[in-house]
Amino acid sequence: MAITSDVLVVGGGLAAVTAAVSAAREGADVRLVSHKASTLRQASGLIDALGYVPATEPAKPLRDGPPTAGRELDPDEWPDPEGPLADPFEGIDRLPESHPYRIVGGDALRDGLDLFDDLAGDAYRGGHTERNALVPTFGGAVKPTARYPAAAEAGLASDDRPMLVVGFRSLTEYDARAFAGRLEAAGVPFDVAGAEVEFAEAFRADAKITRLAKALDHDEAIDGVPAREALAKAVSPHLHDVVDEDGGVDRVERVGFPAFLGDDRGDEVRAELADRLGADVFEIPMGPPSLPGLRLEDRLFDALDAEGVRFETGNPVVGVDSASDGRVEAVAVDRKGRTAPYGADAFVLATGGLVGKGLDSDREGAREPVFDLYVDQPDDRYEWFVDDAFGDQPYARFGVRPDERCRPTDADGAVQYENVFAAGGVVGGADAAREKSASGVSLATGIVAGRQAATEANQ
Amino acid sequence: MTRHTEDDGDAGDANGANERSGGRDQGSGGGGCGDCGCGEPTPGVPEAGRDEQPSIFVPDEGEVPDAEAASAGDGDRDADRAATDGGVESASGGAESATGGTDSTELDPDAYDPVDVFPGGDLDLREGADSCYKCTSCDTSCPVAEVDDEFPGPKFQGPEQWRLKRKDDHDIDESITSCSNCMRCDDACPSSVPLSQMHNEARGQFVERQMEKLSVEYIRNRILANYRTSASLASMFPRTASFAMNFGPARWAMEKVMGIPKERDFPEFATETFREWWKARGGAQVENPDKRVAYFHGCYSNYNTPEVGKAMVRVYEHFGYEVMVPPQKCSGTPMFANGMLKDARRHAETNVENLVEAIGEGADVIASCTSCSMSLRQEYPELFDLHGIEDLAEHTFEALEYLRIHEDLEGELDAAGGLDDERAFAYHAPCHARNQGLSRQAVETFRDVDGVKMEDVGDSCSGISGTYGWKEEKYEKSMEIGEEMFEHMEDAEGEVGMTECPTCAMQMEHGTGYEIEHPLQLLEDTLGA
Repeated sequence: MAITSDVLVVGGGLAAVTAAVSAAREGADVRLVSHKASTLRQASGLIDALGYVPATEPAKPLRDGPPTAGRELDPDEWPDPEGPLADPFEGIDRLPESHPYRIVGGDALRDGLDLFDDLAGDAYRGGHTERNALVPTFGGAVKPTARYPAAAEAGLASDDRPMLVVGFRSLTEYDARAFAGRLEAAGVPFDVAGAEVEFAEAFRADAKITRLAKALDHDEAIDGVPAREALAKAVSPHLHDVVDEDGGVDRVERVGFPAFLGDDRGDEVRAELADRLGADVFEIPMGPPSLPGLRLEDRLFDALDAEGVRFETGNPVVGVDSASDGRVEAVAVDRKGRTAPYGADAFVLATGGLVGKGLDSDREGAREPVFDLYVDQPDDRYEWFVDDAFGDQPYARFGVRPDERCRPTDADGAVQYENVFAAGGVVGGADAAREKSASGVSLATGIVAGRQAATEANQ
Repeated sequence: MTRHTEDDGDAGDANGANERSGGRDQGSGGGGCGDCGCGEPTPGVPEAGRDEQPSIFVPDEGEVPDAEAASAGDGDRDADRAATDGGVESASGGAESATGGTDSTELDPDAYDPVDVFPGGDLDLREGADSCYKCTSCDTSCPVAEVDDEFPGPKFQGPEQWRLKRKDDHDIDESITSCSNCMRCDDACPSSVPLSQMHNEARGQFVERQMEKLSVEYIRNRILANYRTSASLASMFPRTASFAMNFGPARWAMEKVMGIPKERDFPEFATETFREWWKARGGAQVENPDKRVAYFHGCYSNYNTPEVGKAMVRVYEHFGYEVMVPPQKCSGTPMFANGMLKDARRHAETNVENLVEAIGEGADVIASCTSCSMSLRQEYPELFDLHGIEDLAEHTFEALEYLRIHEDLEGELDAAGGLDDERAFAYHAPCHARNQGLSRQAVETFRDVDGVKMEDVGDSCSGISGTYGWKEEKYEKSMEIGEEMFEHMEDAEGEVGMTECPTCAMQMEHGTGYEIEHPLQLLEDTLGA
């Protein structure tokens, strides 16, 4: 067996990168293997920690018997979650005991965020405080988040300067006027208007956001006018669109765009637009495809390289190759049909949850496919979910159950492998979508798993 | 046009293929962990590009008379029916199976999946199309969509177009010819949709059914795709050919008549091909029945850069391998990219036959070009059903990859002591290397070697994508895609470029004027092989 390392990290997202870097900083020789291009590409680029504490008990007791989705009975009802939280750390004690934050502790989250700040550098903001920022996202919702891209800074909802939001007819998933309307309905402390402008119409109707970003990066000529100038010209007639409560007209002081303002040269594009418009320019994070996610991926993988971590994408880890005395010696990596063993002294599993395919599920149950770790779940499939879509869905908390060193345990709470650690979405116990905690859980468990794996490997 | 679901009429072969594909379906559906040998059933992890149902391209013109004869008895219905079942259907007595969507009375619930009752296409990619949840990661990773306003992107070309053409009255959209077959979408897809397989199928159909066979574009593409034919002719008079192909007035005429951009320099032909060298050398210098490899040199290492092939031989012999060089033709990569599936299949027959024979003698198959290894490993079993093609896929590796798995390469390099005079390289990972998990291996192999400085010039595509950048109408797009790589190469310290892919090397040289080497050449130098 020729492919070996002290620590092998399986996965390619935020948790995997965090674990790999933290293990490398402990002096371990680290290799990271990811099946596909990093899922960071689909991430909003916002780094949340804890935005809400959702209720884990229904408003009234659940009926006896299985939930009855689709049948003509009263659905169950759940109270609204507590939040948005001003301070993510303050809410940790009110989470269920099996939550990863309760297991690894608030200090792990602090360390994880510190590591992130170090890796992200000046591309990110929010590290000056432990409190959450309120960042508008493209549905018009305001998300409590711990860190946010510098490109989104001028858009914070706590800022009271009048705001113009720009949209494009060809970007169908995003409507600037609806966005502005929702912000106003949410009671933001500033005046806001949305306007649809003619710019993206110069491209094909379903142009990829990467096409728009590239055109702005290179300042390509659009009908003879450089792209940045053309975009500014399209927006400038709307700089006085905002009407305040008394019917007065304000010149806007900040202009928000969907997040496609350049890729490699985003700072340059924003600065030029700001200069031409005489207003601050910011990006509104979008769902996938997400340029803020792509930029974060680039930055974090450059950091891996700088830390001396070896990494590869393209081939999946498909199982344990050899194990003895409660320790995994090597995992099997499928190289287009033939497997090759990858040996290591310690392993970090950071393959994601049900959506990221780190957990596999069918009618029989949910499983962890790489190490075949125990996944806590009700035996009866009807207990996997509740009627209220916004209720405490049991499946949302599916995952492996770690001990305080992030080693997965079996049904009796015993450690399954001495040298296997888990981080990120594959760890159960968090309802990341309702809590707004996905990134924080990845950072907190990632840093613990990485350090512990390095310690294990150094022994 | 008619396509067949059986191989060359050989019932034994067909059954063999069915057994294999059945086993694989099980693996991906939550069954065993394949080849890792542990024998324990573990839940399936989707395997890149291989967890979908197998598919079959068989030419329709009299090349498989046996199959025609065999299916004639069952009438056309049999021949038209798609391989929707991934091999579940047995050949037992011609009974209609549940998956054929017929009035069979004995439905075995274990033998079919609900999706199987719908009629499939020529290749049944429904499962793959259904796996698409439209996250658009493929579009975001597409180097062509980033610069080409006419190109709708891989999500349309793949799952969306596949669904559209379930109805017979839909033509394949012409934009499929703008796909460069870089296969980055495969790597980007979090849901293992077989995008490149869908593109290959659609492109093959477009060329087969909709493209004017006497058009300049078709003829030009056919010539580009069949590079091996041109190269084998040219290498009979290598010096004359190298001159003539790059002669100004000739190039002007080529652009005007054939649509081959005059900006590009044709590669020089070697005065001695790799195979000529191999023969003159007297073949293998090492005999070792326990460590054998069969070298798939491909066309380029043979006709244009035999030094890469020589480096491969010397490095492998240094490690005690017996190198075999079986008869071989083009891997098919340029043919897939131009929709010339029939040509590719014809070449594949030769390759599979000879390489499987070598595998039978204990060899693994080694390619020095990452597109060749990609083709043998992934496109072959996805597109063709030839006896032994799965074995070939499983036994094929890229040259550096194989040594990294089986030899203590780092230790050897350490012991060899590095280079006396420092050399710096600007390394570009080919897109097809990326899909095989090889994009970082050169940088990592040489990272700790004294006297070698290698910088990864980033994850952008070189833009040439084989024959794509050799088309006049694509030339500018190709250079626009490559711009990022050129810039990063200029920024890198090294003044020599490095890559595994011959056409990437052409583009790197074209864009920067650098000399380009293959990692095997550096490995030969650093090992003192």
